[in-house]
Amino acid sequence: MTPRASLREAGFRRAGVDHASLLGGGVTLAATAGILAILIVILAVIVVNGAPSLSWRFITTSTARDMFDPDKAGVFPMLVGTSARVILMTLFVVPVGVITAIYLSEYARAASPLTRIIRGAVNNLAGVPSIVFGLFGLGFFIGFIGGTLDELAQGPAAEPRWGKPGILWASLTLAVMTLPVVIVATEESLRAIAPGLREASLALGATKFETVTRVVLPQALPGILTGGILAVSRAAGEVAPILFTGAAYYMATLPGSLTDQFMDLGYHVFVLSTQSPNIDQTKPILFATVLVLLLLTFSLNFVAILIRARIRRSQRAAH
Amino acid sequence: MTSVRPTPAAPAAPDTAALAPVLIRAQGVDLWYGAAHALRSITLDIREKLVTAFIGPSGCGKSTFLRCLNRMNDLIDGVRITGRLEVGGVDIQAPTVDVIELRKRVGMVFQKSNPFPKSIFDNVAYGLRLQGGHSRDALAERVEKSLRAAAIWDEVKDRLQTSALSLSGGQQQRLCIARAIANEPDILLMDEPASALDPIATARIEDLILELKQRYTIVIVTHNMQQATRISDQTAFFYLGQLVEFDSTAKIFTNPGKKQTEDYVTGRFG
Repeated sequence: MTPRASLREAGFRRAGVDHASLLGGGVTLAATAGILAILIVILAVIVVNGAPSLSWRFITTSTARDMFDPDKAGVFPMLVGTSARVILMTLFVVPVGVITAIYLSEYARAASPLTRIIRGAVNNLAGVPSIVFGLFGLGFFIGFIGGTLDELAQGPAAEPRWGKPGILWASLTLAVMTLPVVIVATEESLRAIAPGLREASLALGATKFETVTRVVLPQALPGILTGGILAVSRAAGEVAPILFTGAAYYMATLPGSLTDQFMDLGYHVFVLSTQSPNIDQTKPILFATVLVLLLLTFSLNFVAILIRARIRRSQRAAH
Repeated sequence: MTSVRPTPAAPAAPDTAALAPVLIRAQGVDLWYGAAHALRSITLDIREKLVTAFIGPSGCGKSTFLRCLNRMNDLIDGVRITGRLEVGGVDIQAPTVDVIELRKRVGMVFQKSNPFPKSIFDNVAYGLRLQGGHSRDALAERVEKSLRAAAIWDEVKDRLQTSALSLSGGQQQRLCIARAIANEPDILLMDEPASALDPIATARIEDLILELKQRYTIVIVTHNMQQATRISDQTAFFYLGQLVEFDSTAKIFTNPGKKQTEDYVTGRFG
């Protein structure tokens, strides 16, 4: 046997089954399939149980008084309340989160202790349980800020106007909760921008601020929208933070001002599943409410994803 | 800083073109990145409307020194510079210097072409829009003039509104040159502007540099010896953070005064 032949045989002949590779492939595939299966089961259960009760009447009816009666109940006030609090939250969280991310990424010195403290705070904020945010909102926004506003406006003994649960405080509480999501997503997109672009701008005599607003931010826009999408997804279904800060069990009218309370889809799911006099009877509307909440979250995301795709397209083409 | 005025030539000037006035003057410039001593007592005079090449092995400090000239090193944490650096007779390290104004006077072209992800027009107009005060027509005129000066007008005139990223590498680099000269600087700093380009694109950049020399003072960092001989009037050889030799390009490449320079330009090391 020539050396060449032996090399060929030794190099390319299979030495039997590669168990490690098979096992690795199998385990990762099984885990992925498991996750997919769980998602499909959840969606299937909700759709199968909820779809029969889902009707145009159910979505557009305000008869929240008969909230446990499958023939009369409607979720319009909850749909409005949840949409409003999510949109309000987005108005607060995106500007503050983006500005913070710009500070951390463009202005702060990466190695300074202050930057490290801020970054640690952001990460820890993401790990705080949502019920704690609810208590924080009650204590800080309603008790402290609302209470102070009332005192300044009307004196100590008057009826509270700001110092009580309301959609403004619920939205602000949610904004604080989702802040890390927006900060991290924005920072990531800022990091992905080639440093050469910043240098090019500065070398042309741009100030740092001009560089940020004219070169950096337009580039980061899709990433910022991703942060917004994640924040909306996280906040839309959250109940704990709004429990003490704005959600109402029942309201005869839609919220008319920022200080009004509101009915909420997520909270209503909790109400239907725990407060119903006849659980079997309310089960279909319970699932239908969950389905509406899911559809609302999906459509809010879908709109944001469409906007992001448009921005990306226009960035690839000329401006 | 008002305008860049040349100061009279120093007595110890290198021989060729000694009549040209000095535009950039470095005296005993030292630079540290934290504890690393990257430039050691650099003293040299760069003359007006000449092409001055910085050569030397990687890490010798030539790019670092180049970036001192428009204070781009300010962007790096922990940089400390001592000694005196003058551009047009003004001490550019002085706290009273307006860095923004300095960078408008001292344009820069980078190793990796870095057009903004905007249209070709918006790229060239970027610096002008920062200054403000240009009408639409004036802006269009200046953009065309700059693109012509950078020898890219004919290739892009029909698609000024398309993305600059659709251009080839060589075109992008010429666009970056157009963008830099749209500010009408006095000095153009070029940090290995052709190192990522193919030979044909490189030749076009070199032709362009010889063209631009009529109006601008050009300082170019290059790893390419032939390039230095083709386009530069003066050559500075840097090694380990020191300026080993600075003389006319002809002398550096044919009859260098130092053994180290000779070894480097003949390819014995580096």
